[in-house]
Amino acid sequence: MTHMEATHAIPHPGVHEAHHEGSGFWRGYVFSTDHKVIGLQYGFTALCFLLFGFFLMLMMRWQIGHPGQPVPIMGPVLEKVLGQVASRGIMSPDLYNSFGAMHGTIMVFMAIVPLAFAAFGNYLVPLMIGAPDMAFPRVNMASYQAYVLGGLIMFTSFFIPGGAAQAGWTSYSPLATSIPTNGQTFWIVGMVLLITSSLLGAVNVIATIIQLRAPGMTWMRLPFFVWAQFVTAFLLLLAFPPLEAAALMQLMDKVAHTSFFLPTGLAIGGTLANVSGGGSPLLWQHLFWFLAHPEVYVLILPAMGIVAEIIANNTRKSIWGYKSLVYSILTLGFLSFIVWAHHMYLTGMGTRISTFFQTTTMIISIPSVVILTCLFMSLWGGSIRFNTPMLFVMAFLPMFGIGGLTGLPLGFSYSDLHLHDTYYVIAHFHYIVAPGTIFALFAGIYYWFPKITGRTMDEFWGRVHFWLSLVFMNLIFQPMFAQGMAGMLRRMSDGGANYSAATLGPDVSGGLSSRILHLNIFILWAAVGLGIAQVPFILNFFWSIKHGKPAGSDNPWQATTLEWQTPTPPPHGNFATPPQVYRGPYEYSVPGHDRDFTPQNEPEKA
Amino acid sequence: MDIPYTVELRPDTGLYNAKVGIWLFLASEVMLFGALFSAYILLRVGAPEGYWPHGWLNVPLGTANTLVLITSSITTVLAWVSLKANQFGRFKLFHAITLLCALVFVGIKSFEYHDKFVHYEFTLKNGKFADGHMVENKLKQDGNSFTGYAVIRGHVVEDERELYDLNAHKAPAHEDIRIDGAQIAKMGNYGPWHNTYTAIYFTLTGLHALHVIGGAIVIGFLWGPGSKLWETDPERFTNRIEISGLFWHFVDLIWIFLFPVLYLL
Amino acid sequence: MSKNENHPATAHSVRGYLIVYVALIVGTILTVWASFIHFPSREINIVVALVIAGTKGSLVAAYFMHLISERKMIYSVLSCTAIFFTGLMALTLWALHDFPSLTVTH
Ligand code: HEM
Ligand SMILES: [Cu+2]
Repeated sequence: MTHMEATHAIPHPGVHEAHHEGSGFWRGYVFSTDHKVIGLQYGFTALCFLLFGFFLMLMMRWQIGHPGQPVPIMGPVLEKVLGQVASRGIMSPDLYNSFGAMHGTIMVFMAIVPLAFAAFGNYLVPLMIGAPDMAFPRVNMASYQAYVLGGLIMFTSFFIPGGAAQAGWTSYSPLATSIPTNGQTFWIVGMVLLITSSLLGAVNVIATIIQLRAPGMTWMRLPFFVWAQFVTAFLLLLAFPPLEAAALMQLMDKVAHTSFFLPTGLAIGGTLANVSGGGSPLLWQHLFWFLAHPEVYVLILPAMGIVAEIIANNTRKSIWGYKSLVYSILTLGFLSFIVWAHHMYLTGMGTRISTFFQTTTMIISIPSVVILTCLFMSLWGGSIRFNTPMLFVMAFLPMFGIGGLTGLPLGFSYSDLHLHDTYYVIAHFHYIVAPGTIFALFAGIYYWFPKITGRTMDEFWGRVHFWLSLVFMNLIFQPMFAQGMAGMLRRMSDGGANYSAATLGPDVSGGLSSRILHLNIFILWAAVGLGIAQVPFILNFFWSIKHGKPAGSDNPWQATTLEWQTPTPPPHGNFATPPQVYRGPYEYSVPGHDRDFTPQNEPEKA
Repeated sequence: MDIPYTVELRPDTGLYNAKVGIWLFLASEVMLFGALFSAYILLRVGAPEGYWPHGWLNVPLGTANTLVLITSSITTVLAWVSLKANQFGRFKLFHAITLLCALVFVGIKSFEYHDKFVHYEFTLKNGKFADGHMVENKLKQDGNSFTGYAVIRGHVVEDERELYDLNAHKAPAHEDIRIDGAQIAKMGNYGPWHNTYTAIYFTLTGLHALHVIGGAIVIGFLWGPGSKLWETDPERFTNRIEISGLFWHFVDLIWIFLFPVLYLL
Repeated sequence: MSKNENHPATAHSVRGYLIVYVALIVGTILTVWASFIHFPSREINIVVALVIAGTKGSLVAAYFMHLISERKMIYSVLSCTAIFFTGLMALTLWALHDFPSLTVTH
């Protein structure tokens, strides 16, 4: 076989069974070194965490909507499992803080990153570049194990005395260090493991892309998804270590009573803290945001990669401006390292440094706009197939647009003075990560499902899932812009009711009006709706694994990239024969070709 | 399909996989220590005038440890050269020295750590400061008050800053001093909690020591049971020695900066 | 390709390594010696020590770690790292020393 047929029926006599990994449950599913199995492990674990993080948020939304009232249905369960902090089924402020901090941590570090980078990256990158596996399969396994261990430690921390960390996913010192319970220590240790996992994954992905591209797969023939993963991996590789350093220092502050982040004269609860002092609270913020700004791009870039693949496939034409996309994403990755202090305008930084960070922040929005524009332009003149993955992708574009544009006012220190730490910020970044990234991830799941299982997910229920999610997402997050602009702060366990009443009195104008506060109840039910909207997805997902409509071919979407030119599911070693690449990634509807797609490994006709 | 370029070089990059991997890993290590060095600079610049310690560490021991690590670096590179020249016996010898050096380094380091833990500073109720190594500790603490007594070998100063710049203030002769519990307002040893200098000192050197130990374990494995690979796949084994060597040199390189920054400046 | 021919491992490179070794030892002695000299200001001591450490570090990286004859790909990765490393240090320090006027510290 000089090249593989683009579409063939599922049984593959050509595949060498001998290449299958040593069988057995443990080797095959738990301690596997096969990138596809590890990708699926990551995906499954991360989806569980995603659901768990969502559940925490639902409890919190109830508490904000109806402060001090027992949580229906779950209240007694919380009391049973967590005890005092949820007595009579009411969430105490401490528990609210724990749930809030852990919601953020879980969603960012244990759900979206593992799903977007580790799961999709692991499964797809080697397939797309024509490699038999990742460069370091055993490191890959270690990465997953570190992730599971970190996740377990985080999860366990809910059940220790005093509960999980309470200082927000940002864990600012001295707050984080001075809360007397052990939740923060668990958080730090968990984070160190999660960071280790990401670093190992990043080394692996970069080395794989540099070293294992199939013959003919030049850099400019890489699918955009691979570029996105490449840049993402670099962000993780170089931005995470400073947070690891900061975490070690916070750990020292917590267990060895050092004062890295504790200033001289620190008073806790009215008395002078027994610490040596001399530390710098702002140092934590710098090291944290040095990671956390690149981290927001870690959350979004893989999503953009998925979107580009699906758009090209479903418009049946090449991506508009492939080179601009590649250079934009490289610029984006590079610049994302020098904008971080736009999260710190309110820390009293001087005008010069703040001007610097405002400038870089505005510059970085240019490549984002270029990418979004290219993706929009790609739709132009295409004969678009509106299947479920494409619907999610079509929704991604405007949702990401809303998220990105609302970031601009935050990027100017003057307007950020008002908006900082309000629900406006919450709405801004959720528009990017929830209806943005998560929609792209859903699209990816629907799109690559047939490659993994040989069956397609149900279209009808996919559409139900899509429309309900789209509506409820917007009902949840759109009102938050209004709340934030009205001055409602985030991280208030009663949604700001008390705060508003205490400072201004109920009738004084300028306090939060009851209309703003009532939106909390509206959002609560929208969130419940969003939860219910996921039921069709979950059922569809599990049902389709066994009973979905057979895909009928290895390449049901008639795609050009290499992952579709393998048997289904791809065997250990991926390709029956080492692929040779002859062309760019998006040769759709090329005039003069007999079909409307030309796979990357199809040789030029003589 | 087997994974390509595990041993042979990929033509367009001129590298084998592990070489790319280790350099990526080292890049992340640079950022890790970079953040800690930033913290060091910041804490140092932020310390009030006269309160950044000078001369607290034992320079001869630090110098010795620097030389030990440099020596281990040259033996590491020679071990790899020996394999390249097909001299397995010399490889064994050179890496044995590397491992020995690692052991000496960790030994000296633990001695230095111990020295800090038995070194105490007392803030006395008369406003003076007593400072020295604990000889006999018969103190009992109850809240903020102390009973019993302690004997230290050290000295008493009027101004705490004299304890900070040991290069400028030549300490008076050390003698055994008895301190009664009733005299003590506050006391503590020179552990990481003592001030921001000891904090960053213990964190930086502790993290570095973990790297030394980790590196020694890897090299030890390759020197012992792992060296069987030499018989079946010598090139791959040589590569492993090169990779572990790169890590070891990096650990040496970090120390080259830690030594002046913590001991001399 | 059956051999890693990128680094010659001949006798004269062993001599090269030994020269570097001696240079490192001399550097160590030099830096200790320089630290006992009282320059007009402590800043000079700091600069001298860092220059020596930088030289020693470069020797290790260039010769022991073969950076002097490494591949382009490695150089690219390390240049990015160097830039971000500098950015992290410089911007953090700058940010923490640029206060609005009238800020009270300590
Ligand atoms: C397109 C240009 C963007 C600009 C100008 C921008 C600007 C900002 C600024 C200035 C803040 C800080 C607001 C404050 O705390 O007062 C912020 C917060 C945030 N942004 Fe963006 N952003 C952009 C895109 C993104 C993207 C792509 C993501 C990806 C997920 C993202 C995620 C976040 C997150 C998670 C936060 C909240 C951090 C927290 O917990 O405080 N942003 N954004
Ligand atoms: Cu940001």
